[in-house]
Amino acid sequence: MENRTDKNSYTIIFAIGMVLIVGALLAFTAASLKPKITENQRIEKQQNILYAMGVNDNTEGSAVFVSTGDAAELFEKYIKKQLVIEGSNVSEDKEAYLIDIKKEKAKAKSGGVRRLPLFVGEKDGNTFYVIPIYGKGLWDAIWGYVSLDENMVIQGAYFDHKGETPGLGANIKERFFMDDFIGEHLLTDEGDFAGVVVAKGNADPKNENKTDNEVDAIAGATITGDGVTAMIKSDLKLYKPYFDNLKNN
Amino acid sequence: MALLSKKDSKLITDPLADNNPITIQVLGICSALAITAQLKASIVMAVSVMAVLAIGNVVISLMRNIIPSKIRIIVQLVVVAALVIIVDQILKAYSYELSKTLSVFVGLIITNCIIMGRFEAFALANGPWRSFLDGIGNAAGYGLILVIVGFFRELLGSGTLLGFKVLGDPIEKTGLYAIGYENNGFMLLSPMALMVVGIIIWVQRSRNKALIED
Repeated sequence: MENRTDKNSYTIIFAIGMVLIVGALLAFTAASLKPKITENQRIEKQQNILYAMGVNDNTEGSAVFVSTGDAAELFEKYIKKQLVIEGSNVSEDKEAYLIDIKKEKAKAKSGGVRRLPLFVGEKDGNTFYVIPIYGKGLWDAIWGYVSLDENMVIQGAYFDHKGETPGLGANIKERFFMDDFIGEHLLTDEGDFAGVVVAKGNADPKNENKTDNEVDAIAGATITGDGVTAMIKSDLKLYKPYFDNLKNN
Repeated sequence: MALLSKKDSKLITDPLADNNPITIQVLGICSALAITAQLKASIVMAVSVMAVLAIGNVVISLMRNIIPSKIRIIVQLVVVAALVIIVDQILKAYSYELSKTLSVFVGLIITNCIIMGRFEAFALANGPWRSFLDGIGNAAGYGLILVIVGFFRELLGSGTLLGFKVLGDPIEKTGLYAIGYENNGFMLLSPMALMVVGIIIWVQRSRNKALIED
């Protein structure tokens, strides 16, 4: 005799019922955990910004952020101003760090005016201008924060990625790569914007010359490196008018 | 009276050694290679798999009489996928740093052969309590190997255990480093996990000749 569970009608009803129950369960979980997850992502952004301006718990070899518990307090302490640049307009915004760069990029593409967040931090009497950047690597998104002084010389950099190859492209978030950017000039001697090129086989692998606009690439990570070059060029360039202004006044 | 009958306790103890999912059944190898560079990640992965496998086994066992046989694999996949998403969300909410380290691998619990294997081989034919024990046992067997591999890889690769410097400080040259010891960076790469698993299999079979296949 045929079992009742073998009928087609039963199978279809079972499948529909199961999808509804599982869907409801997942929706409930996602909704109830969302505030906590958003909070974690917010703290992560604060940690990244602080890292780029040199507030971190770095050990000799690896990149270590300030602890999650201290992040909000230290952010308040070191970040003096959060600015949003819209065209020629500069305004203060307490939550500029929550601006989604990806969305702003898409907005600019469709003809809108892009909002550019800028964080002004102060540490040991020096002023840091921290800028978020966003681009694409080999497999997925890459992003980061770069801190500059008023002459657009890099003071610190932090890069992260969504899915670059472990051991190759994923190494952009390792200290040996990020630290190479420190001291690197974004402008040429004439004052034009040149960016920093992640260069293969350059003549200066130890990166002693900081005015050549080049850092040494990671072997086997050419496309990720090109992605870093491209995002530095496209995103940091947008801030040049602000820095020009800063110098003239 | 013992807490578990002899037959039930075998469900827990068998997968720990003589029927270990990794070393004997050779299941779940991929995740064992990928995430064992740190002991902490190994432990969290083991606990995550245990939660997914034990709960999943019970759910499948409870539904075993109403699951249409034509779509039983799909039903199993939906159950494990739902559980994995829940585990992933909980990690993101309560252990964000770790969820980033484990990143895609928590999602990949779905493809862990142990889980589908136990659903298909055990939960579909047994009651919820026995299925629960089987889930715990198999996940513990898997976790045991993960922890052993994680222990050696972190100790020899980074000189730390759970992040604590146990062999001394490589920068200050204290402890073992003072007499010329260097961290073995090779241990941090996935191929070395395979070597460690191989050594465990060797040790296990040399101690129990019954496990050696002709």
